Amino acid sequence: MLARLRNIPLPTLAYGTVVLMAAGLSLVFFYAPIDADQGLSQKIFYIHVPIALTAYACFAWGAAKAFLHLWKRTPGADLESYVAIHQGVIFGALTLVTGSIWARISWGIWWTWSSNQLVTFLILFLFYSAYFMLRYSVEPGPARANMCAVYALFGVVLIPVSWLSIRLANDFIHPTVFTSNGPQMSGSMFLAFCVSWAALLALAATMYRVELTGKRLDERLAELRELLA
Amino acid sequence: MSASEKYVAAAYLVVFLAVLVWVAIIATKLARLSRDVDEIVELARRKAEHEQPEHERVKVS
Repeated sequence: MLARLRNIPLPTLAYGTVVLMAAGLSLVFFYAPIDADQGLSQKIFYIHVPIALTAYACFAWGAAKAFLHLWKRTPGADLESYVAIHQGVIFGALTLVTGSIWARISWGIWWTWSSNQLVTFLILFLFYSAYFMLRYSVEPGPARANMCAVYALFGVVLIPVSWLSIRLANDFIHPTVFTSNGPQMSGSMFLAFCVSWAALLALAATMYRVELTGKRLDERLAELRELLA
Repeated sequence: MSASEKYVAAAYLVVFLAVLVWVAIIATKLARLSRDVDEIVELARRKAEHEQPEHERVKVS
């Protein structure tokens, strides 16, 4: 499945992302009903939650690549791990910003330290932001790749902690939409949510592939320059 | 425009702007890569000119 996804040509992936984005926005604003409790502001849910889940996916992908680097020494896995974590940090920052906007309209505050989910997500985001400080403070080479891989693997532990924090502790501020009884929303809302999430995953995959291609080109050009010098 | 509408618009605009910024950064990187390629092509051309062996003169009957 993943190998098949990897073989999708980049232009096809990019056009698919555009189509999914258009479909997602249409479903959110013209198909999904307005929430009876929160009103129009609930529409932020369709962008905030998929972005957060995409950030988790990027961090997990980065950790998986780091694991592959340490276990099988797969060539290029270190670079792939770095790019995935970079995407995760971008989506993580967007999660915090869109979440703050939603909190302001729903709770009347931009941020609260009493919500475990918010705090654990912030810790996860800061942990992976520090990954870049580590990476750029060490000379490129196998030692840096190993250190970064170990660091990326440590961070992945925070993902289930962040996800489960509202279930483990009684967090009354942050709403729990996905419970053991399934999603607590209507079918049309769930469809809009799924398409939005698919669109954001496709966007992350496109960004990942573009950035990875650029980095690989950069490496090859540096190699070529050394050969010609 | 109600307060809810403003906040919803802000949330979606932030994401749109972030993607735009990312595209601008990638465009800058692409321009740098293009300059690097030009530089390497020039380097290869100069090297090829330097290393071209002199042709042996052969008597044509």
